[in-house]
Amino acid sequence: MYTFSNRLKIVSLILVIVGAGLWMTSYMSSHVTVEEVKTMLAEESSHGGGHGEATSHAATTTDAHGDTSHDVAADDHGDEHAEHVKHQIHNRPYAALYVAAFFFFMIALGVLAFYGIQYASQAGWSPVLFRVMEAITYYVLPGGLLVLAVAMFAGDHIFVWMNPEMTDPTSDKFDALVAGKSGWLNKTGFFIRGLIFLAGWSFYRYISRKFSLAQDTAEDNRNFKKSFRWAAGFLVFYIYTESMMSWDWIMSVDPHWFSTLFGWYVFASMFVSGITVIALITLYLKSKGLMEFVNDSHMHDLAKFMFAISIFWTYLWFSQFMLIWYADIPEEVTYFVTRIEDYKLPFFGMLALNFIFPFLVLMNSDYKRIPWFIVMAGIAILVGHYIDVYNMIMPATVGDRWGFGMAEFGAIFFFLGLFMLVVFHALSKAPLLAKGNPFIKESEHFHY
Amino acid sequence: MESSKVIHAIYTDDDVLMSAVKKVKAAKHHIEEIYTPFPVHGLDKAMGLAPTRIAITAFMYGCVGLTVAIVMMNYIMIEDWPQNIGGKPSFSYIENMPAFVPIMFELTVFFAAHLMVITFYLRSRMWPFKKAENPDPRTTDDHFLMEIPVHGNENELETLLAETGAVEINIVDKEAH
Repeated sequence: MYTFSNRLKIVSLILVIVGAGLWMTSYMSSHVTVEEVKTMLAEESSHGGGHGEATSHAATTTDAHGDTSHDVAADDHGDEHAEHVKHQIHNRPYAALYVAAFFFFMIALGVLAFYGIQYASQAGWSPVLFRVMEAITYYVLPGGLLVLAVAMFAGDHIFVWMNPEMTDPTSDKFDALVAGKSGWLNKTGFFIRGLIFLAGWSFYRYISRKFSLAQDTAEDNRNFKKSFRWAAGFLVFYIYTESMMSWDWIMSVDPHWFSTLFGWYVFASMFVSGITVIALITLYLKSKGLMEFVNDSHMHDLAKFMFAISIFWTYLWFSQFMLIWYADIPEEVTYFVTRIEDYKLPFFGMLALNFIFPFLVLMNSDYKRIPWFIVMAGIAILVGHYIDVYNMIMPATVGDRWGFGMAEFGAIFFFLGLFMLVVFHALSKAPLLAKGNPFIKESEHFHY
Repeated sequence: MESSKVIHAIYTDDDVLMSAVKKVKAAKHHIEEIYTPFPVHGLDKAMGLAPTRIAITAFMYGCVGLTVAIVMMNYIMIEDWPQNIGGKPSFSYIENMPAFVPIMFELTVFFAAHLMVITFYLRSRMWPFKKAENPDPRTTDDHFLMEIPVHGNENELETLLAETGAVEINIVDKEAH
C-alpha cells in the first residue's frame, strides 16, 4: 500500500496556491484599456520593436502629411489595431489557464486509452503497472470538468465562435463561415457533447476500476473477462469521441481552419504524454521501494513506447504540415504561417523536444533501462507536449502577444498541484499490485 | 590450421540444450559453436557470447542513408536542374526541405535495413556459393548440436554431456576452414 505522504501533499498544495496566486495576479493586470495599449504600442514602435508596424506606419503618414482626412483614417486604423491588441492581452490569462487545464487532462485521458488497450489486447507484460494507470485515470473526470469549466468561464476569449454576434447577419462582426458551422459549433452543443464524452470515459474508468479491485479477491476470472469486453467497447467509443473532442476543444479556436487528421495528431500527443507519466510515477514509486515487482524489462517496454509514440507523433505532425505546406492554399496555410512567423521558437523548439531529443536519447536499447535517461527524456517529452498544446491554442487567442510569464506558469503550477493531489490520493486507495489479474504471474516474470 | 578433434553432442529439445549449456559452461569447457533449427532465446547469453554490435552499424548506415538523401536531393532538385516545387520557385534547399523529408526517411531506412542484413551475412560468413558449415543436416530440422573442442579430455566430456541429456555424442575430426 502506498500512503500519500504529508510532505508530498504540502508540496502539491503549495503548487496549487502559488499557481492560483500567480494566475490571479496576471488576470488582474491583464485588464488594460485601449489608451494604455496605445501608449504601449507607441513605445514599442519607437523602440523599433518587431510589432506595431501598422501603428508606426499610421504615425509616420499623419506626421508627414498632416492632412485631416488622412489623419482620421490613420487614427481609425490605430484604434482598431489597439482594440485588437487589447483583446489579445485580455485573452492571455484565459488561454494560459486553458492550455494547462487541457494538458493535464490529456495526460489522464491518454493513460485511460493505454489502459484500455492493455485489457483489450490481454497484454501479459503490463498488469504490474495497472494500479499506477488506474490512479492517473482518476483525474479524467475532475480534469475534464475543469477544462469545460474554463471553456465556459473564458467563452469567446478563447472560442471566438461563442460570440453570438458572429452568427448574427445584422452585426458588423458577422462571419459567414462561422455562421455556416453553427449547426455544430454552438455553445449548447459544445457543452452537451463535452459532457457526453466525459460521461462515457469516466463510466469506463469507473467500471474498469471496479472490476480490477473485485478481481483482487475473486476466485475466478469473471471480472477480468467483463473488463476485457468493456475495454473493447470503450476503445471504439474513445477513438470517435477523442477525435470530436479535439475538434471541439482545440481545433475550433481557429474556426476557419480545419485539418482532417487533427484528432489523430492530438491523440498521439496525449498518448505519449500519458505513457511518459506512467513511467515517471512508476520510477518514483520504485525509488521508494514500493514497486519491487516492476523490473528493468517493464521500464524498457515503457521507454520503447515513449520512443515509438514520439516518432508516431512526429509522423502525424509532419503529415499535417507537409500537405498544407505543399498545397499552399491560403486558408489552410495561414495556420502555419502564423506559427512560423510569430512562434518560431516554440514551434521548432517543440520538434526538438518531442522528436530529436527522445529519438537520440532513447534509441540505444540499454539506455531504455537506465532510470535517469527515462526521466530526462520524459521531462523533455512532457515539456514538449505542453508547448504543443500551447502552439495549438495561443496563436488563435493572443496572436503575437505570447510569452511565458505569470499566467502560464501560474496555470501550470495550479494544475500540476491538482493533478498530483488527485493522482497520489487515488494511488493510496488500493494495493499497488493488481494481484488477482490472471496475467499477473506472467507480468511479474516478464523478461525481455 | 590443422584438423582438430571436436565432440558433437546432439539434443532434441531447446530447454534441455539450455540447461546443458549452463552445465558445460559451469564445468569451464569452451563451447565452439551450437547449431539450432531456430533461434533459441537467451542462448547467446548462456554461451557467454559478446553482445551484438549490429545496432551500432545500423545507426551508422542510417546516417549514411540520410546523408545520401540530403546530398542527392540537393544535386537533383536544386543544383543540376532547379525545380519549381509546389509552385514555390525559391530554388533554395532549406525552403524546399519539407518535400525531401519523405526521401530522407526512406533512404535512411533503406540503407540501415539492407546494409545491416548484408553485414549480418558477411559477419556470419555466409555469401553466395559458400559451402554449408553445418556438420549435421538434422540441425536444420529438429535437432540441436553442440560442438566442443577436445584437448585429450574425451572421457570426461563424454560423461558430462551424457549427464546433460545428450541423445548422441560423436567425436569427429573437424577440417579447418
